[in-house]
Amino acid sequence: MHSHKEEQDQALHVNDLVLYFQLTHGVVQAVDHISFSLPKQRAVVVIGESGCGKTSMGHALTRLLPRNVHRYSGEIYIDGMETMRLDDEEYRVQVRWTKISLVPQAAMNALNPVLKLRDQVLEPLLLHEPDLSQEEGMERVREVLRFVGVPEGFIDRYPFELSGGMRQRVVIAMALITNPTVIVLDEPTSALDVLTQANIYNVLKRIKWEMGTSFVLITHDVATSSELADDVLVMYAGQLMEYSSADLFFDKPLHPYAQMLMAAVPKLHGDEDLHFIPGKPPSLLSPPTGCRFADRCPHAFDKCADEPPVFRLGTRTVKCWLFEDKADEIASPAGATMQSGGNS
Amino acid sequence: MNAQATQSSEKVVNVEQAVQPLLSVRNLRVWYELKRFGFLHAGYVKAVDNVNFDLPAGESIAVVGESGCGKSSLMKAILGLVKPYEGDIVFEGHSIWDGGRERMRAYNMEVGYVQQDPYGALPPFMTIRRILAEPLILAGIKDKDEQLDRIVRSLEEVKVTPPSDFLNKYPHMLSGGQQQRIVIARALIRNPKMLIADEPVSMLDASVRVEILKLLKDVQEERGLSVVYITHDLSTVRYFSERIFVMYAGKLVEQAKTNEILSNPQFPYTWALLNAISDPLHENATKLRKIPPGEPPSLIEPPKGCRFHPRCSRAIEGLCDTEEPPIQEVAEPGHYTACWLYHEKGKQHESAA
Amino acid sequence: MGFLKSFFRELRYYPSAIVGSIVIVLLLILSVYVVIAIPYDEAVTLWRGGGEVWYRNPKTVPPAWSNYFRSKKLPETIALDSRTDDSRIQREETPLSTGKQIDLTYQFEYTADEFPDDLILYFYPVYDEKQPFVSGEWTTADGREIRIGNFAVNEGYSFHFTQDKDIARRLKRSLKRELPVIQGLFADPSTLPEDPEASPDNIAPMKGIYTLHLTITTFGETDNVDAELVLYGKVYGLSGTDHLRRDLTVGLLWGAPVAMSFGLISALVIGVMTMIIAAIGVWYGGLVDTVIQRLTEINMVLPFLPILIMVGIFVSRSLWVIMLVTIALSIFGSGIKSFRAMFLQLRAAPYIEAAQAYGASNKRIIFLYLIPRILPMLIPGFISAIPAFVFLEASLAVLGIGDPVLPTWGKIIQDAQANAALYKGYYYWILEPSVLLMITGLGFSLLGFALDRVFNPRLRQE
Repeated sequence: MHSHKEEQDQALHVNDLVLYFQLTHGVVQAVDHISFSLPKQRAVVVIGESGCGKTSMGHALTRLLPRNVHRYSGEIYIDGMETMRLDDEEYRVQVRWTKISLVPQAAMNALNPVLKLRDQVLEPLLLHEPDLSQEEGMERVREVLRFVGVPEGFIDRYPFELSGGMRQRVVIAMALITNPTVIVLDEPTSALDVLTQANIYNVLKRIKWEMGTSFVLITHDVATSSELADDVLVMYAGQLMEYSSADLFFDKPLHPYAQMLMAAVPKLHGDEDLHFIPGKPPSLLSPPTGCRFADRCPHAFDKCADEPPVFRLGTRTVKCWLFEDKADEIASPAGATMQSGGNS
Repeated sequence: MNAQATQSSEKVVNVEQAVQPLLSVRNLRVWYELKRFGFLHAGYVKAVDNVNFDLPAGESIAVVGESGCGKSSLMKAILGLVKPYEGDIVFEGHSIWDGGRERMRAYNMEVGYVQQDPYGALPPFMTIRRILAEPLILAGIKDKDEQLDRIVRSLEEVKVTPPSDFLNKYPHMLSGGQQQRIVIARALIRNPKMLIADEPVSMLDASVRVEILKLLKDVQEERGLSVVYITHDLSTVRYFSERIFVMYAGKLVEQAKTNEILSNPQFPYTWALLNAISDPLHENATKLRKIPPGEPPSLIEPPKGCRFHPRCSRAIEGLCDTEEPPIQEVAEPGHYTACWLYHEKGKQHESAA
Repeated sequence: MGFLKSFFRELRYYPSAIVGSIVIVLLLILSVYVVIAIPYDEAVTLWRGGGEVWYRNPKTVPPAWSNYFRSKKLPETIALDSRTDDSRIQREETPLSTGKQIDLTYQFEYTADEFPDDLILYFYPVYDEKQPFVSGEWTTADGREIRIGNFAVNEGYSFHFTQDKDIARRLKRSLKRELPVIQGLFADPSTLPEDPEASPDNIAPMKGIYTLHLTITTFGETDNVDAELVLYGKVYGLSGTDHLRRDLTVGLLWGAPVAMSFGLISALVIGVMTMIIAAIGVWYGGLVDTVIQRLTEINMVLPFLPILIMVGIFVSRSLWVIMLVTIALSIFGSGIKSFRAMFLQLRAAPYIEAAQAYGASNKRIIFLYLIPRILPMLIPGFISAIPAFVFLEASLAVLGIGDPVLPTWGKIIQDAQANAALYKGYYYWILEPSVLLMITGLGFSLLGFALDRVFNPRLRQE
């Protein structure tokens, strides 16, 4: 399947990640057997509708879990080191923020209102590099704020004195200051204006190019995601539907859902009409058996009653029976047939 | 300055062959007073500063701009929710502020309002039936059967079917897209002549946005409504509006037909906006985007002269930072902008520099 | 309202809510029952009735069920009234030349381990001229007879065994020593020491059937006599008695509707009025809001209890007046501040703006759009506030400013305190009303906390 060496080279290698939540009336299968590899200095964008589980995937990748977890399994290799087997304290010391950090949704609204920016950005650094002196820490703070484009004078301000765009830069700075291998961003620009959005993406591009950081960008905004995306992961109903490099994907998506998603993106230039996807995504509480997109898919046929495996076509993977014949191999079998706790 | 502004709005009327526009915004200033200690005057927030335009019947326009540009205040003034500091909102020839509660009530019936937050726009403790009945009750339709009839027809119009399934549901039981359809139904239920849609799809999921935009377009065509579509997402405007009005820092800086603006923008800020929008193409990831530096200015102490000059790459020193440019027609008929670059004075300064 | 139903269904999951609700429902049922079974006038009469109503009860005795916890059982009051149809009393009439001879035989079983408190015969004679004449015998459980002296009875005459010197003399002869009459009548001779000089430490009553036989002679055609024998016990009834021989059960029962109505009405009126005033203030803003806020602040500084006390002393102590003043003083209280905070958040809500856009009037927005949104917040606050008012009423009563006419729990506590109940060991007197107050407070608080968790999503457990 994949050599051990592959795992070592990648910034992030995820194998059969599962995250289910326990609710009073059932189990929510938020992340359902997802596997992918992200090389260094590359960004993968996770796109999908709301309720497809992408935010949960962000939490699964950074082990920020609520109390009602039903199942959490799989392997997550960050920079060659497998992190699932670490206990919570080891994870906190060795992995969190030092190897992978998270910018959650609406983070810019979650800044501590009574801390000045300098203290706020300093905190994650001091927590994870306690040997640093105060001066060294502040120097790093100034450096990272300069890098993300926050003017020098703002360092003593409070969050409420800043605009939304500025605050988002501060939050990104906080995720960046410990120089992690991977940064996970969840809807980083959803509440921001167009110009500010473009600014933030410029910042992210520079981080990727100049600091070599890899990104997992979670968003439902397909168009803007193309600013950063080197790879695209399409999620639907908790499952991976397609994983391609961005150039191949934006040119010609494979999975029917991905195609319909792209056809529903409003474009500034061009003449095509817009087509929307009829129906609603299934609930993650009791997802249908078989292919989860079948009931909305215009190409569904009888085989779709069984859950398709993830096929590999060259560098792309797609979870759809339509590609069975053209596929090189099966990248991972259908989740339902895997009995083990996640270790392949 | 005002004289010139009035002149150009008169020109707009002439272009439309002297048919009275449905809505006319005249020299509108929406200024909010700032008070220190609760009673000392401390300046104004000039959210909308001398905006003029006309909206003919049946036309759909888009007001585009970023947060802080004043489009929300413009919208509130048009809806009659806030009283202008100066200027007027004229609907079907009469000012909406001229005639007290009666006039305002009559005006409310002619305007439908679709908001950004579909869940917030619906009272969570009322059933769908009740939500849709409220405007009818206020219009004096007390008969329950007649109400029900109109409610059912309105649900069918927005494709929330079968209506009987939804009448007794509460908003939280519906999806975002369905909620927004109810908001649209509520806006249309009194058969208004005009619809104001404030970022109607920005809080919806990407896949649902298209449905709702399509619905709005269908509804507009069928009813011949005038629509004011307010957004910061230029990429959706093409599907939905005939004219675009660009706002910046309380001013209307450019207006033209949609295709014209998208292909031939004149005002530097409009260039920047168009430039910043991404189509889903891989090339985007290979280079940085050129963005004007800085941020939108404070509305309390806006920059002297042209409000965009601190961020404009083409600003003419000595002119753009001292005098406010007049609105003039550029490029093609019906395309207006206020920028020294296209004015005699501006060209003189440039050649002198 | 259907919107609220989903909230109430959630309550099922909270055991505290269920317990609290049960307590409240029981209290409500009790209150309704009490008001019907013992109407207001009757209750007042009973409570203020005075001697004629309560004469049969012993003074300040604990409840009868306290015997359950005693090794030595205290006697309960036994009353045999010849006017009633009591199988323990036999009546025979023999006509005479003038009038008749009435033979009344009272029989009862005595089972207690302690002596009764007192023994009194109440006579109800009806006669024209001459007073009827009475003589009798007391027969102990082991068959000894003590003669009851001759005497004439007039209206309202009562024969106190314990004060009759003849009986005392006869008992001394019979038992060879001097004993209090009541002990003498009931003593078990085997428990007395041989030596008459020795102190009778182990004296105990004899259990068994006791008989009192009366021979009554009347002198007129239409003359008649009835008599009631009352053996005063040392325990009584469900709740014991107080210093005026009143059965505390009446007071305790009636305390329930008083507490509930004071608590419910006050909390409800204050809650609703506060909410409405806060909504009006927030919606109209400006001068209206400022006036309301300043009024509230001034009112909050005023000393609540002293004012109530002054009203109680100088104006009226009636429960309704006190409740009215309480409500008036509480409306412009901290509730206004907290509702105002909630309404301020709501004021900018999109659906309110939409309502303005489609022409809803200010009144409509306040009552149909703002208030229904806040109403769920009102409910837990309202329930949780009720115990405060219940305790307020009780506190006022304990301070002596309670309603002078109605029996309330606070009043009972105040009586107990005034009669040094704790000092004298009458613990039941204080405990009973206190426990009821606690249960009431607990019931509402439990339900209130659960409601708070249900209606306030932030407090909800995952």
